[in-house]
Amino acid sequence: MNLSSQTLLLAAAEGHHEVPVVDPSAADGVFTLLGLVIGLPLLGAVVLLVGGRRTDRWGHLLGTATVAGSFVLAVLLFVALLGRGEGERQVTQHLWTWVDVGSYQVGMDLLYDPLSALFLLLITGVSTLIHVYSIGYMAHDERRRRFFGYLNLFVAAMLMLVLAADYLGVFLGWEGVGLASYLLIGFWQHKPSAAAAAKKAFVINRVGDIGMSLAIMLMFVTFGTTAFVGVSQAAGEAGEQTMTWIGLLLLLGACGKSAQVPLQAWLLDAMEGPTPVSALIHAATMVTAGVYLVTRSSFVFENAPVAQTAVVVVACVTLLWGAVIGCAKDDIKKVLAGSTMSQIGYMMLAAGLGPAGYAFAIFHLITHGFFKATMFLGAGSVMHGTNDDVDMRHYGALRTAMPVTFVTFAMGYLAIIGFPGFSGFWSKDKIIEAAIAENYVVGAAALVGAGVTAFYMTRLMLMTFFGEKRWEPDVHPHESPKVMTVPLVVLAALSVLGGVLLLGDWITDWLTPVVGPVEHHELAVPVIVVTLLVTAVVAVGVGVAVLLVGRREIPREAPTDVSFVTRAARADLYGDAINDGLVVAPGAALVRGLVVVDDRAVDGAVEGGSGGIAALASVLRRAQNGYVRTYALSVLLGAVIVVLAMVAVTW
Amino acid sequence: MEFTAPEIDWLLVSPLLAVFAAALVGILVEAFTPRALRRPVQAGIAGTGLLAALVLTVVVALELPSQGGGAAHGEVTVTGAVVVDGPAVFLWGLLALVAVGGLALFTERRVDAGLPVFAGQASVPPGADLGSGPGIGTGGAGETPGDGGAPASYDRWEHTEVYPLLTFAVAGMMLFAAAGDLLTMFVALEILSLPLYLLCGLGRRRRLLSQEAAMKYFLLGAFSSGFFVYGAALLYGYSGTLSLAGIAAAVGAGGGPTVLLLAGVALVMVALLFKVGAVPFHAWTPDVYQGAPTPVTAFMAAATKIAAFGAVLRFLYVAVGDARWDWAPLVWVVAILTMLGGVVLAVGQSDIKRLLAYSSIAHTGFLLTGVLGLQGADELGVDQVSSLQAVLFYLATYGVATVGIFAVTTLVRDAGGEASGVDRWSGLGRTSPLVAGAFAVFLLSLAGIPLTSGFVAKWSVFASAAGAGAWPVVAVAITSSIVAVYFYVRHIVTMFFADPPADPPAVVVPSPATSVTIGVALLATVALGVVPGPLLELAGDAGSFLR
Repeated sequence: MNLSSQTLLLAAAEGHHEVPVVDPSAADGVFTLLGLVIGLPLLGAVVLLVGGRRTDRWGHLLGTATVAGSFVLAVLLFVALLGRGEGERQVTQHLWTWVDVGSYQVGMDLLYDPLSALFLLLITGVSTLIHVYSIGYMAHDERRRRFFGYLNLFVAAMLMLVLAADYLGVFLGWEGVGLASYLLIGFWQHKPSAAAAAKKAFVINRVGDIGMSLAIMLMFVTFGTTAFVGVSQAAGEAGEQTMTWIGLLLLLGACGKSAQVPLQAWLLDAMEGPTPVSALIHAATMVTAGVYLVTRSSFVFENAPVAQTAVVVVACVTLLWGAVIGCAKDDIKKVLAGSTMSQIGYMMLAAGLGPAGYAFAIFHLITHGFFKATMFLGAGSVMHGTNDDVDMRHYGALRTAMPVTFVTFAMGYLAIIGFPGFSGFWSKDKIIEAAIAENYVVGAAALVGAGVTAFYMTRLMLMTFFGEKRWEPDVHPHESPKVMTVPLVVLAALSVLGGVLLLGDWITDWLTPVVGPVEHHELAVPVIVVTLLVTAVVAVGVGVAVLLVGRREIPREAPTDVSFVTRAARADLYGDAINDGLVVAPGAALVRGLVVVDDRAVDGAVEGGSGGIAALASVLRRAQNGYVRTYALSVLLGAVIVVLAMVAVTW
Repeated sequence: MEFTAPEIDWLLVSPLLAVFAAALVGILVEAFTPRALRRPVQAGIAGTGLLAALVLTVVVALELPSQGGGAAHGEVTVTGAVVVDGPAVFLWGLLALVAVGGLALFTERRVDAGLPVFAGQASVPPGADLGSGPGIGTGGAGETPGDGGAPASYDRWEHTEVYPLLTFAVAGMMLFAAAGDLLTMFVALEILSLPLYLLCGLGRRRRLLSQEAAMKYFLLGAFSSGFFVYGAALLYGYSGTLSLAGIAAAVGAGGGPTVLLLAGVALVMVALLFKVGAVPFHAWTPDVYQGAPTPVTAFMAAATKIAAFGAVLRFLYVAVGDARWDWAPLVWVVAILTMLGGVVLAVGQSDIKRLLAYSSIAHTGFLLTGVLGLQGADELGVDQVSSLQAVLFYLATYGVATVGIFAVTTLVRDAGGEASGVDRWSGLGRTSPLVAGAFAVFLLSLAGIPLTSGFVAKWSVFASAAGAGAWPVVAVAITSSIVAVYFYVRHIVTMFFADPPADPPAVVVPSPATSVTIGVALLATVALGVVPGPLLELAGDAGSFLR
């Protein structure tokens, strides 16, 4: 046991909010393969994107194989890490020195600890299944090879993000994820809506990236380093105000990637990408990056209570915001997108609660990865059988036509609403419990969110799989091929069983070296009461949905004479309008103003300046008349002046 | 009176001797070799001499003993007349390299229908036909090649004195940069200048312009040499010696008539500033650069500047280094005037060679800015470059880019020779992207755009001067750089974004020698911009001057 874990135990004994510092040992043995985890998908991306058409025939197989290889490595590494003592579960691998400027050095260093271990398993595992699924889903797309190249790039970037041992390295992955998501959301670039959605995702993410980069610069200014090791050791010594700013800027970055209010608007539009992309973005990569960042930066947020509160506020707003949007959408993917927003809100909420919630944030992130992947791929399977129709009003009674899809989707559904025993039940329950213990308002928001989630997910299930057939005339729903249903079955099983991670508090103990031990707040009532309360709220949500949706006939066209709330929710709670009013319009006005300034003042100065120089040049050129006598005279005069000036100084 | 034979360390001066030997052998060869063989033989001798000098320079550099606690290394030899120290050796190597490039351009015959760029003889009058021999107006029709100068007829009149002239000039330059006393410096100045005057007048195309250039350069050069001698005499009056070390000792000891010292410094500097083309002694530069055959311009612009700055640095730092506060204001003012004058006059230019001439004036100003920097190791902070290091690096990058850019200008031709009008180059980027691209890279380097060597060079001289507190000069330098970017980039814009003229000039494929010269210069320009470290370190390792 090394020093840091001793101090950690001491701190825990004294009841401090200390989080452990990052203090890894050098990689040896199997851990030297760490770089390969990123390297494999990166290699796949390079081969597929550079190789071009030559790789068309086997490109999808290579793409899947590289990610599967990474998964195998991740499992090996995980087993190796399990075999180590608790104090030795931080391993770093130095690949090469990336930046070396004066006293500032950034190594291309990787950090493998319990947190990144879990992310590695989730990312590579779920991605592998999504890759397999995509082989079938994209079978008829002539650009499938390119699609797999982008997918590999996405996975490599995400792995870079969670493995980097330096904020600059995280930023590299962060930007890579942004690029890959841009390419994938706009994959069907012939559709203007897809191109626009990709652009929107990119631009909004850019706002978040500015926050992230400013945070990194502030860290550099404050600590002289951006490595986790250095920052975590010095975090307690910087002023609280500085830490607050770093925390808020990191939060801005997290908001962009994780689609939190106010940077949430891109997520719904991002559904324009092929469905496996949505699954990848929502379950395994991209949106989880923000939660990772906040959890990884626990040493920052623990020293910045204000920023922590901001995280909680943002999370509460988002979890309700996403849930409300989910209630009104008829597009199956947009309902799922709204639910992702909401569920990420839960994770952020837990992460914002500090040591009481970090472990549960990650726990929920993992179970969410399972059940959200299940449902997205299930939705893709439904679309596959209905000629890519996404309108739930055109579904109905699909459970008989697509039995496997139905059953697996149902597992995901039960998990997300928190049906007792399913994975989501355990993870969400813990978050709500911690939220109530922290603050009743926050707890209430989390509780309401759970009810609303139950409502809209039940609505989705009823509209899709139950009720009357409302199919389009030429649609003949059919079950998807094995290559698509097998991943669904695996993911569904994980959705059901994900809760085992909590057995014997395994996951909290596992994450203790990274985020510190879970801090238990005393509740006013026994824990079982909270669990029952949550279950009751969920039951109410389901019941309302059955009454409002299941017992009525569903019109094929969305009714227009609806309440204000529904209209607002259909319009994404006016997120785009708010962005337009607050940012786009003033921005456009500012730019117009700058153009005027540029035209008048800047151009005027530049053109005036150049005109002046040209005029001066024409005057001076007269001295350059080509006569030697003039030249000689100028030499003589110059010499006289030089001599006189030099000599005059002494007199 | 007893005469003591000077003790000469033959190895140390061997690079000098190699070049002198090549020049002397060249003269003999000119007299005894059959006409048909002269050109290859002469080029071979000059090339051998220069390459031998290059190799010997490296050998000498490795052999230099350390002096003064490691701050400098080298040896004073030939009874103090020649100082072989770090900077001298660096400049020797640089001069030899640039001269090899110049020599490659001298041998070019392919760009102009198999004819060389030089007139058959220096005495060929203007108005004579292309490639005319000496016989115009005197000989009969059979003697005078009046058929437009077919290669065969031209060969009968070709004299190949350009090669010994080149090597003599190089030898003078190398001596100039290593002179240990003012007398040697003066002799070296003349050795390097006289061949250059002649070379300028040897253009086969545009004879009148070429001869006029030679005449102007000669008259003004002779005029400025007078200042040098007068200044040297005054300094002798002050210190009682002509050796730089002796003058330094006298300045350090103080006393004596200060007026003599100051006037002497001023007059010597006038001559040196004339050679580097500083305002107000710059007027010859555009006329000579334009009139001289372009290969000569390429060689002269690069090598003269290198050698003359070697002399400027040695004179200012060694002889009157302790009177720094007396000469610094002069250099301040001249640097400012030179930079502003160079860039302002360049803005209005429509002839490429004149444009480059004014640009070279501006670069003289930038180099003078570097001269103002901190010198001693004790004054420098960590990671700071010394002014000597900065100027040496600048000279290297400037020399390479200059040879390259003038070499490229020889490739774009009209019926009357090189298409030197800026407007003739418009649209070249579309028809000949390779040539235009190379030209653009050299322009960007001269402008000091990052990722080219020019950027690092400018940055180092500015940083050096700023470190010594010459802020106003650096401010002017930066302003001038901005203005300079305008006329460099304007040319790039014309090449790549304007429509070609109705009768576009022809872009010729040069001989391998020219191609390799351009290629190497291009490579070096980019490489030194991306990885400047090794050369900067080499310039730093040269250490300071030996007294």
